[in-house]
Amino acid sequence: MTTITFDIDADGIATLTIDVPGQSMNVIGPDFITDLSAAIDRIRDEEAVKGAVICSGKASGFMGGMDLKNMESMLAAADGDSQNMAELFDKVFVLNALFRRLETCGKPVVCAIEGTCVGGGFELALACHRRIVADDPKVQLGLPEILVGLFPGGGGSQRLPRITGVQTALMYMLQGKLFRPQEALGLKVVDELVPSGNTVAAARNWLKANPAASVQPWDQKGYRFPGGAGGFNPNFVQTFIGATAMTMKQTQRNLNGPIALLSAVYEGSTLPMDRAIRIESKYFAKVIAYPQARNMVRTLFVNKQAAERGARRPKDVAKAPTRKLAMLGAGMMGAGVATVSAQAGIDVVLLDRDQAYAEKGKEHARAVLTKRLGKGMTPEKLEATLARITPTTDFAQLEGCDFVIEAVFEDTAIKAEVTKKVEAVLGADTIFGSNTSTLPITGLAKAWSKPENFIGVHFFSPVEKMPLVEIIVGEKTGPEAIAKALDYVAQIKKTPIVVNDSRGFYTSRCFGTYVQEGAELLAEGVGAPLIENVGKQLGMPVGPLAVSDEVSIELGYKVLSVAKKELGDAYVHNAADDVMTKMVEMDRLGRKNGKGYYDYPEGGKKALWPGLAETFPLAAVQPAPEDVRTRLLYRQLIECARCFEEGVLETPEDGDIGAIFGWGFAPYTGGPFSHMDTVGIARIVETLDALTAAHGPRFAPTAQLREMAASGATFYGKAAQKAA
Amino acid sequence: MEAYIYDAVRTPRGRGKADGSLHEITPIQLATQTLQAVRDRTGIDTRDVDDVILGCVTPVGEQGADIARVAVLNADYAQTTAGVQINRFCASGLEAVNMAAAKVATGEADFAIGGGVEHMSRVPMSSDGGAWAFDPAVAWHTYFAPQGIGADLIATKFGFSRTDVDAYAVESQKRAANAWAEGRFARSIVPVRDVIGEVVLDHDEHMRPQADMQSLGSLKPSFQGLGEEMPGFDAVALLKYPELEKIDHVHHAGNSSGICDGAAAVLIGSKAIGEKYGLKPRARIRTAASIGSEPTIMLTGPEYIADKLLKKAGMSKDDIDLWELNEAFASVVLRYMQALDLDHAKVNPNGGAIAFGHPLGATGAMVLGIALDELERTGKGTALVNLCIGAGMGTGTIIERL
Repeated sequence: MTTITFDIDADGIATLTIDVPGQSMNVIGPDFITDLSAAIDRIRDEEAVKGAVICSGKASGFMGGMDLKNMESMLAAADGDSQNMAELFDKVFVLNALFRRLETCGKPVVCAIEGTCVGGGFELALACHRRIVADDPKVQLGLPEILVGLFPGGGGSQRLPRITGVQTALMYMLQGKLFRPQEALGLKVVDELVPSGNTVAAARNWLKANPAASVQPWDQKGYRFPGGAGGFNPNFVQTFIGATAMTMKQTQRNLNGPIALLSAVYEGSTLPMDRAIRIESKYFAKVIAYPQARNMVRTLFVNKQAAERGARRPKDVAKAPTRKLAMLGAGMMGAGVATVSAQAGIDVVLLDRDQAYAEKGKEHARAVLTKRLGKGMTPEKLEATLARITPTTDFAQLEGCDFVIEAVFEDTAIKAEVTKKVEAVLGADTIFGSNTSTLPITGLAKAWSKPENFIGVHFFSPVEKMPLVEIIVGEKTGPEAIAKALDYVAQIKKTPIVVNDSRGFYTSRCFGTYVQEGAELLAEGVGAPLIENVGKQLGMPVGPLAVSDEVSIELGYKVLSVAKKELGDAYVHNAADDVMTKMVEMDRLGRKNGKGYYDYPEGGKKALWPGLAETFPLAAVQPAPEDVRTRLLYRQLIECARCFEEGVLETPEDGDIGAIFGWGFAPYTGGPFSHMDTVGIARIVETLDALTAAHGPRFAPTAQLREMAASGATFYGKAAQKAA
Repeated sequence: MEAYIYDAVRTPRGRGKADGSLHEITPIQLATQTLQAVRDRTGIDTRDVDDVILGCVTPVGEQGADIARVAVLNADYAQTTAGVQINRFCASGLEAVNMAAAKVATGEADFAIGGGVEHMSRVPMSSDGGAWAFDPAVAWHTYFAPQGIGADLIATKFGFSRTDVDAYAVESQKRAANAWAEGRFARSIVPVRDVIGEVVLDHDEHMRPQADMQSLGSLKPSFQGLGEEMPGFDAVALLKYPELEKIDHVHHAGNSSGICDGAAAVLIGSKAIGEKYGLKPRARIRTAASIGSEPTIMLTGPEYIADKLLKKAGMSKDDIDLWELNEAFASVVLRYMQALDLDHAKVNPNGGAIAFGHPLGATGAMVLGIALDELERTGKGTALVNLCIGAGMGTGTIIERL
């Protein structure tokens, strides 16, 4: 056994210590399954063994879930093919059968949980006869599988409802919500809390006192399902009526995991456990047979983690964590960056033209941190964090800063002036990052004597909440700058992507196309509700008009004006520009002035502006929702493909992570590149050709896409080739 | 179609609550008394009744186990008379009539009775469950939303405001009150008697003739919470109707059909069997049909079934003298009139379920009876009877007075 050590003490208590080699956190892979199987046999067969404790040999916690990295081969294997489905079922049922064997081995088994215990690890715990957990608020327990496109497939969807009742179990599993130990104890999901470090001892004591406690509640005669189960139980029925409707609303029917979970719980709850887990595995096999789960696991879990661990960081540059940050500009973005930096233990000099503004930026940090009081934030920690931020107007105060982030007004001249002032104090050897959201980095870098030390560090608003940072590499940006920026992003615990320079870089440029296509549709007389609802149905967080209001129509108009000025005759005019211009002329600037595509009545719910139909008269014939959906989706896809072809993106991983975490691109797709691969490039090109014929060259497929279509290449396949 | 209506009876509709007059009477009693009334009024030998088909939407508990056959036995019909309970939701009673007519027309039966029973105060609506609403895979696959959401969706999509639906309801109450005041239903209502033979109800007791715009205006929408908050069925409906920004929740207890207790029975027979007893047929079933329609909006079936019936009968809209459509919700009738461009004067002239109430399984046969009463009163010829139905269906019948 390589993943479990098996010891028996004088009292006949076996201790199974899980320590999966080569992993920072215990995960379930083939070796672990083999080892656990052998361990279960020993517990069952060896007379000397009276009971068993399962614990972790790692300080990082008890156990994560499945080894998702190695699960990729199983994911999307069958593609709905019924013959392969039976094989796939056999594969996924292995873990379920194993855990079932554990809970019916005839001897009591206790799980001793110190630290994180989630996913498959928590399902293992649920298959034990008792769960004893360290009473530490940092411990997280639960079943978050739904967040990566899966659902609990190791018996969790059957055992949790049998402990808490269906309603509570669904609430946690559908949202992937985790339990803190006290919460879990209250819900009887765990049996006992003991001080950290004492779980194994407590488990042994319990085993000695309860040598016969080897039958799960649901295997005992007279077991009653908490809250009842089955079609004749009104609570059960109401729960499913409500949960299904809510899930349809939340997922817009795009996700396979949640509905499979609902069905597995609904159908499994009235069955004996041996059959219930088979139902679960059948639905689990169905979910992983389709590419959605693979795409989501790949982008939202595997590649996201890889990016956070420095997948794109130049390997041969020494670690360069930021100790003191020069934050230029104390507006919304500057204040947000100062806040997250101070939280990461970085000293921040927050500089603005006006001392009052600079102070206001620090006050923003206070407000943000105050909201976290009680949620891991203490008054002492709050003051210590705030003390790291020094608001000032004096460039001399920047002395000693080892990294600069600039977030002043989006104007090349103003930025250049500030950049030069900073260089006078810190020298051009310091790495300078600009938080511009659209202005090309190569141009801005001209203001810094050593452009190799100049880089784009694009945050998203609100900085405290948005997980992505887009690192932009200018023409002359060097590896030290990239390493510095990525080390900084790791310090503030955000997810980075690395892209090359272009107007709007990757995220702003592609996100803009969603907004633009919404405006194009409006200009053509498509009803605003249809545009907005279909945007949401597509899986975008909000409709294109709503998001346009949020970022402000005026801002879009300004970006447009700058682009027109700088590009001159090269600028390609479109109908969306006219819509934006008209709205700005009518002083409908967006949410910020209370009127945009929507009205924002004080204290009331926002509603589409009734004047829209008059301003942009409705066409007599409205398009089918599917056509609107295709346009809103493909307009983004083609822009992403262009970014890839132009070299703005170097990897599909950056493109997928950036799309989902940057502008909320439909997460169920795993990102635009995963989606194009899944649909098939030839079909993508076909659709783009049809859209081009109907709506113009903004949909025209790129030469690279056509080549890929012809050769049968995929983005992820291509990336793999490049790497090899 | 060679199938004739020889008689049609119905109980008065009792308010479907614990204080309703029929609450103490069992559902089997309601069905039994209507079957006895048909037999006793016509004087037929029930050995000539081959089958009794009763609609019942919640066939569980007291209404379970084939209430039609049990009612046949309990009413002391010949034991050779068969009985079958059917469920086509709100149109069950009319479907039962249509099936009875089909049995007669094909020669399977000489006499057949179609009718229905629903005792909503004793057997609550939806207590029979059903995969449609609560099996997640099914609800997901079919975009399940409750019918009240569909009714509000119809109002929103086809432009009926709260004022429109309330005005319709006020008019329905007025017409119903007038019909009763003039004794227009005297021939058809069978008072319900208790175990000692006393009449417990002889009139529709759900009516609110004093209802006006002001009193209706104070009522809160019934489906707003379900739609907008928990669990948010509006979002489900909008997935299918993305052209709408939101759903206006205009329906409430005052402009929707009420929960009621009641039963009805219609005697259908061939020409020959009528002649055997010297019975004059009151009307002929000219055409009958059912149809499926979009299930999420659910209640737009009537316009499609009307088209289908007219086509099958080779008739045009102008050939119909009287239109009866069950008033499940005000928007359903308003949309029906809008879609077919009907004159309100010819639609539900005696009011409908908004005033009388809607004992689900029985209403279809009751609406048919009301149409027959009206044709006989006015001396007019044809009526098209129609109901909207759960899960998106329509069932209708064209009758011809003889």
